[in-house]
Amino acid sequence: MQTSLEDFDRAGIRVVAISVDPADVSRDLAQRAGYTFTLLSDPDLAVIRRYDLLDEAQEVARPAEFLLDANGIVRWRNLTDDFYVRARPAQVLDAAKALR
Amino acid sequence: MLSVVGLFSYPFVFVRWPITRDVPWANFLIFALAAVLGVSAIRRGFAPPRRWVARIGALLAAGITLAALAMFINGVIIVPRRLPASAGAPRVGARAPDFTLSDTHQQPVALASLLAGPRPSTVRGVLLIFYRGFW
Repeated sequence: MQTSLEDFDRAGIRVVAISVDPADVSRDLAQRAGYTFTLLSDPDLAVIRRYDLLDEAQEVARPAEFLLDANGIVRWRNLTDDFYVRARPAQVLDAAKALR
Repeated sequence: MLSVVGLFSYPFVFVRWPITRDVPWANFLIFALAAVLGVSAIRRGFAPPRRWVARIGALLAAGITLAALAMFINGVIIVPRRLPASAGAPRVGARAPDFTLSDTHQQPVALASLLAGPRPSTVRGVLLIFYRGFW
């Protein structure tokens, strides 16, 4: 997503990534990978559970993307079948065109 | 040996590009090549004048090839698809549950504030990416 960040900015889409990793681990990841978008920590899995994304066996979030409009309504989502296969930025930007 | 390359190259190399990641073509090709080489190695190892060292070497190479292929199939195809159903995840049209979580500088960030943005008109949407985390 980092390489497409300018495209998201231009489309008015704020990119936020959430995982169970604590803040310092996420900070390391962001520095190492050069991520400039927001990374949030959900160490007790509360939000991950509320979104029903908990992978109980691994105690992490199963991968998922949600595109919300400015009112917080889900307009597009992707619950991948395979954790190596994530949504491509182009798919999300396409979905973002429908947002007002 | 080629099959070991096939096994490890996926998580470290080919995941970076969607074309080779979504369906691991490159890795299937590498394994196919390894299989061909493996079969010819066994044939040569078991040809009449060969000694038992060559036979053991051929069987070992074949064994490693099969083991690497099995690990690849398990690690790249089977395990990554064992995901929960997530029937309760917010659907299209539903309101995303609000939350407040800490960012990388330990500052609390609320979904409501992300949606509002620095000025009301600047934000058309928010993309929430849930990921497993960094191993």
